[in-house]
Amino acid sequence: MLTDLQASTLSALLHERLGAQLQALTVDRGELTAVVAAADISAVGQILRDAPDLSFRLLVDLSGVDYQTYGQTDWATHEATSAGFSRGVAAASAAVPEAATPGRFAVVYHLLSTAHNRRVRLKVWLAEDPPRLPSVTEIWPCADWYEREAFDLFGILFEGHPDLRRLLTDYGFIGHPFRKDFPLEGYVEVRYDAQKQRVVYQPVSIESRVLVPRVIRGDPNKGH
Amino acid sequence: MPEIRNMTLNFGPQHPAAHGVLRLVLEMDGEVIERADPHIGLLHRGTEKLAESKPFNQSIGYMDRLDYVSMMCNEHAYVMAIERLLGVTPPLRAQYIRVMFDEITRVLNHLMWLGAHGLDIGAMTVFLYCFREREDLMDCYEAVSGTRMHATYYRPGGVYRDLPDRMPQYQASKLRSDKMVRELNANRQGSMLDFIEDFADRFPACVDEYETLLTDNRIWKQRTVDIGIVTPERAQALGFTGPMLRGSGVAWDLRKKQPYEVYHLLDFDIPIGVNGDCYDRYLVRIEEMRQSARIIKQCVQWLRVNPGPVMLADHKLTAPSRADMKGDMESLIHHFKHFTEGYCVPAGEAYAAVEHPKGEFGIYLVSDGANKPYRLKARAPGFPHLAAMNELVQGHMLADVVAIIGTMDIVFGEIDR
Repeated sequence: MLTDLQASTLSALLHERLGAQLQALTVDRGELTAVVAAADISAVGQILRDAPDLSFRLLVDLSGVDYQTYGQTDWATHEATSAGFSRGVAAASAAVPEAATPGRFAVVYHLLSTAHNRRVRLKVWLAEDPPRLPSVTEIWPCADWYEREAFDLFGILFEGHPDLRRLLTDYGFIGHPFRKDFPLEGYVEVRYDAQKQRVVYQPVSIESRVLVPRVIRGDPNKGH
Repeated sequence: MPEIRNMTLNFGPQHPAAHGVLRLVLEMDGEVIERADPHIGLLHRGTEKLAESKPFNQSIGYMDRLDYVSMMCNEHAYVMAIERLLGVTPPLRAQYIRVMFDEITRVLNHLMWLGAHGLDIGAMTVFLYCFREREDLMDCYEAVSGTRMHATYYRPGGVYRDLPDRMPQYQASKLRSDKMVRELNANRQGSMLDFIEDFADRFPACVDEYETLLTDNRIWKQRTVDIGIVTPERAQALGFTGPMLRGSGVAWDLRKKQPYEVYHLLDFDIPIGVNGDCYDRYLVRIEEMRQSARIIKQCVQWLRVNPGPVMLADHKLTAPSRADMKGDMESLIHHFKHFTEGYCVPAGEAYAAVEHPKGEFGIYLVSDGANKPYRLKARAPGFPHLAAMNELVQGHMLADVVAIIGTMDIVFGEIDR
């Protein structure tokens, strides 16, 4: 976490170094988030890593986020409902309001500078589907597996990645499981078939159910 | 002339030296590795997706199962991320308890690592020694949380309950005579803090024992010195953290550099290596165990003289006491809401990182204001370490692959998530 002074120093530095490539810069809860365009990510990454007063040499984390259902709930809490929770579930799956984010997907980079003891979060919004953006493996070699993971789980295509294979899911897996429209229980399950004497795939036998409805109470910006 | 060609060897996923379910496809020229392609994901359980479907508190237990040899440190990063989004700070006593258990967890993890690493490259005795001390620490876990491994002890706003006043005792049985039981229970007569202090006092001598077995051992040195060398620059480029980075000579430890909880009030040193090989990383971890014992002792001393609450009293966030719940309507409502719907967390995003025994363990949490996380990403320290496998083993012999897997301290629960 950064103090206010550290955050303002780093913000000024980022504004100076990145100029127009910096689309937005916010400080929230002592963490700095810089939003950049997908096309600029390589250039920005190069500056962040190599400028001596920034020197973010460590890519701590890279993760995809799917904002498709951001802010949607199973159960309205503002007014009384006539049919309870089930009405909320049916309505949520039927009418999906347009998300208020600049794109459905985002790729989030967490950078760390061990020389200056600072962190920064880079965020890239991706509007198209399939989402694509340039790979940063040339800048931070450890991005290799992180990008493979984001491709596997979200279907984000990293252009210029040397070996964009699936990483975590099964051999021959279809779909991108961490997308919000991929059901929690998945589509297929495996079991051992004694007659065929091998493991077989079959459609899932478990039903999707919501144990605790998702609710947003009170002013989401003011606390619990 | 016979035709000479490279050989592709499949290592794992059920190999005991693969530390779980690592499948390595090795391309070999004789006994020298040319290329290694780790296949991971055999333990992928979708923890991050599961967390999106549950109220915040119900996912704490999943965190234990990420890196299942350093359980409480994983919980720590998760509850810290929630606390940062909520903007709350746990009571000081809870912070000391967390730090003490983080260090107990570090010792647990390093003992497991040392035993398994030794066993992998041919030192059987260390394993038995390490597990002897692990047993005492597991008992501390059990005494405080009720379980020996998956504790679910840290909660947003503090810890589940205060430290117990007495330790569980061994009972006589067919296998244990009364005399044996008396000896085993000798240091369990006081409170839990007495037991932990007793452990911290005798533990450095135990570390001396492990060192007698390994540090100057000719075979151990032949297997680890100059194996898997990483330069400090390369270690950063590859995303290494923790002992893997410190072994290369980079003095980077979140407990010192970005202190969380009460680490800034405690006195301890950070060991760093020189050559960046397996032997230096071994030395770093050995010294870390001694430093952990130092931190544990300081925490015990503070906790002895400073009683107080271990959980915030804000019952919109934490559960009310059982007694209140039985007698007071409002507490009953709080109790019901807490355990069914949970609490809503303000919209925003936070990244909370702790110095996990293996490196930097971070939780990136995105909330849209609901009672469940919108997106949770666990930054596992082992993930970039294993990703560098190909680079580390190139040019080494097959037997060195086992030493390098061991030195990375790989646990698949966190890598596959």
